[in-house]
Amino acid sequence: MQPMRIHHGIVAPLDRANVDTDQIIPKQFLKRIERTGYGPFLFNDWRYDSAGNPRPEFLLNREPYTKATILLAGRNFGCGSSREHAAWALTDFGILVVIAPSFADIFHQNAANNGLLTVALPEEKIAELFARAAAHPGYQLTINVETLTLTDDHGLSAKFPLDPFRQHCLLNGLDQIGITLQHESAIQAYEAKSKPY
Amino acid sequence: MQSKDGLVSNNASTSTTAPRSLFDKLWQAHVVHQAEGQPTLLYIDLHLVHEVTTPQAFEGLRLANRKVRRPDLTFGTVDHNVPTTREHRFNILDTVARQQIEALRKNCADFGIHLADVGNAEQGIVHVIGPELGLTLPGKTIVCGDSHTSTHGAFGALAIGIGTSEVEHVLATQTLQQNRPKSMLVRVNGALPAGVTAKDLALAIINQIGTDGGTGSAIEYSGEAIRALSMEGRMTLCNLAIESGARSGMVAPDETTFDYVKGRPYAPQGEDWNKAVAYWRTLPSDPGAKFDRVVEVDATRIEPWVTWGTSPGMSAPISGLVPRPEEGRDEVERTGILRALEYMDIKGGTPIAELKVDRVFVGSCTNGRLEDLRAAASVLRGHHVSPRVQMMVVPGSELVKQQAEAEGLDKIFLSAGAEWREPGCSMCLGMNPDTLLPGERCASTSNRNFEGRQGRGGRTHLVSPSMAAAAAVAGHFTDVRLWKAGE
Repeated sequence: MQPMRIHHGIVAPLDRANVDTDQIIPKQFLKRIERTGYGPFLFNDWRYDSAGNPRPEFLLNREPYTKATILLAGRNFGCGSSREHAAWALTDFGILVVIAPSFADIFHQNAANNGLLTVALPEEKIAELFARAAAHPGYQLTINVETLTLTDDHGLSAKFPLDPFRQHCLLNGLDQIGITLQHESAIQAYEAKSKPY
Repeated sequence: MQSKDGLVSNNASTSTTAPRSLFDKLWQAHVVHQAEGQPTLLYIDLHLVHEVTTPQAFEGLRLANRKVRRPDLTFGTVDHNVPTTREHRFNILDTVARQQIEALRKNCADFGIHLADVGNAEQGIVHVIGPELGLTLPGKTIVCGDSHTSTHGAFGALAIGIGTSEVEHVLATQTLQQNRPKSMLVRVNGALPAGVTAKDLALAIINQIGTDGGTGSAIEYSGEAIRALSMEGRMTLCNLAIESGARSGMVAPDETTFDYVKGRPYAPQGEDWNKAVAYWRTLPSDPGAKFDRVVEVDATRIEPWVTWGTSPGMSAPISGLVPRPEEGRDEVERTGILRALEYMDIKGGTPIAELKVDRVFVGSCTNGRLEDLRAAASVLRGHHVSPRVQMMVVPGSELVKQQAEAEGLDKIFLSAGAEWREPGCSMCLGMNPDTLLPGERCASTSNRNFEGRQGRGGRTHLVSPSMAAAAAVAGHFTDVRLWKAGE
C-alpha cells in the first residue's frame, strides 16, 4: 500500500447519492483474476454507451476531470456489493480520495485496505464543496493526512475526521496482515482455549 | 468474563452482571486481541470462499509466501459464474469466467481447501449451502467475500461480508480486524398477515429505515413476527440486512433453529450436539440488554411489497402507487426519484399493480431455498405463465434442486411454462449468461434493483417468490393474497 501524507489534485464533482458498487464497476469486469487494470471500466455503464463509445456528457469523460484524483459525491457512497474491484477501479483510474457525507461499511474498509482515503464531511460542507467546484473550473483541493485538514486556493480550510488507526496505516502505507501477525501468540492462545462443544 | 460453558473472553473490562445482547456475546466470545486506538482482532470460525472475490487474495498469499492458516475452517464453492444450463455447466463458453473458476480449483487444491465444485452434491450458492450443510451454526463468526454473508446471522451467528484484502487477511490469520459496530434492535411487533412473507417484511424495513439506516451497525431482529418465521424466512430477512447498510443482521437461536440444524452433515453429533445446544441456549439477548438504537416495526400493516426504483429502499406495497419526484423528503431524494423513474421508464403516480413484466426470476441467496420454490409453485399450480413473460426458476443449490424434484416442483414449473435450471447465482447479478436485455422489466426474488444489475439497461423489481409467480401468470404485479387457485 502506498503511503499518503499530503495530496493535491483536481476534484470531480459527481452529484449523486447512493452510488453503488455495481455502478462503480459493473459485474462483467469481476471475472478477471488480476488486481490491476480496472480503471478503464470505472463507472462503465455511465461512462460509455452500449457500443463502448465514451459519453461526452459524463463527468469523467470531460476535461479536466479525466485527470481528477479526488471524487466528490453524495451520501452512502459505495453501497451494495462487497466487490473490492470498486476500490481497485477508482485507484487504477487515479482517484486517491473520495469525499462524501457518508460511506457504506464494506466499501469504506476496502478503500482503507487499498490506500484510498475516504473523507466524510457533513452535508452542508459537501454542498459547499459542490458549489465551489461549480464556481471554479478545474477546482482543486489539498488534503493533509497528518493534520487532517482540507484546503483550497480560495480560502477554504476544513478539518475532517479519520480513525487514528487508519490515519497511522495510511501515513505509513502499512500492510494489515503484517500488523495482525504481530499478534500470533494471541491467535494461538485463542485457538488453544477450550470450546463449548 | 466467563460464561458457564467455560468459554473465556478476553474482554475483562466488561462487568459480568450487565445484561448482554446476542451481539455482545458473539463479539466478546471471539476477541483475540484488543488495544486502545486499534481495531479489535476477532477470531473467524468459518470462512466461505467462491470464485469471484478470492483469486487476488490467494495471489497475495503466494507473493508473500504465506499459507492458509486454517484450511479446515475454510470451505469453497462455485456459484457466481456457473451457467445454469446443463450443457454449459461443464463447458463454460466465457473463457474469462472459466479461468476464474479454474483459478479457484487450483487455489483450493494448492492450499488444501475443500471445494464443492460443479457436479458435487454440495455445490450451490455459498449462502444457501453453508446453512443446509450444517456449516453455519449459532455462535459462530462467519465471513465471506460477499455482502450477502449477513444471511448466516439468521442462526444467531455473527456473519460479516468482507472485501478481497480481508479475505486474504482471514486466509492468512483466521482473524478479522473490526471496529466494534453499533448495536441496533429491530423489533417487529404483531404477526405478519396471511400471504405476507419475510421478503415483504425485509423490503418494508429497508423502506422504513433507509438503505443507509443500518450503516455501522449490527442489527438484531426480534419480536413476535420473527419468532414465527421459519429458518428460510429468517435467512431471507438477514440476507437483506446489508441492503439497509448493516454490517450484520441476526436472529437469536431457538427451537426452530435447532430443529433446522440437527442432523445436517457438518453439524455437531451425539454428545457434542447436546453440549452445543446447551451453549446456543445461552446466546439470546438477556432481558434489559442495551442497544444503541431501537426501531419498532408494525408487522400487521405490512403487505406484499414491490420495489419500483433503482435502490432496494425505493419500494411500495402492492396497493400503493409509484411516488412522484416532488414527494421526496429533500433535494437528494427528489433527484433520486426522478433519476430512478427515468431509468425504470415509469411515471410517478402509476399504481404498482399496473406495472407489466417481461421476465420473472425466482432464485438467489435471498429466495432460492426450498420454501421459496414451494411458495412459487403453489401459486403456479394449475396456471400458465403469460405468453408475454419468460420465467426462470433457479434452485439455490444441488440439494434444493434434488428436494424440489423429489416433491415434483420441477414438474409444476415446467408445465406452467417456466424454465427449471441448474443451481447458481444466475440472474441475481447476471455474471453468467442469465441476463436481462436492455429495457426488459423483471419481477425478481433477488436482492438488488440497481441500474444494470441483471443486465445493462434491465429494469428490476424486487418481490417475494409468490408475488413473482403471480406476476408471471398475470403479466403484471398483482396482490397474491387475492390469488385464485388454478384448476
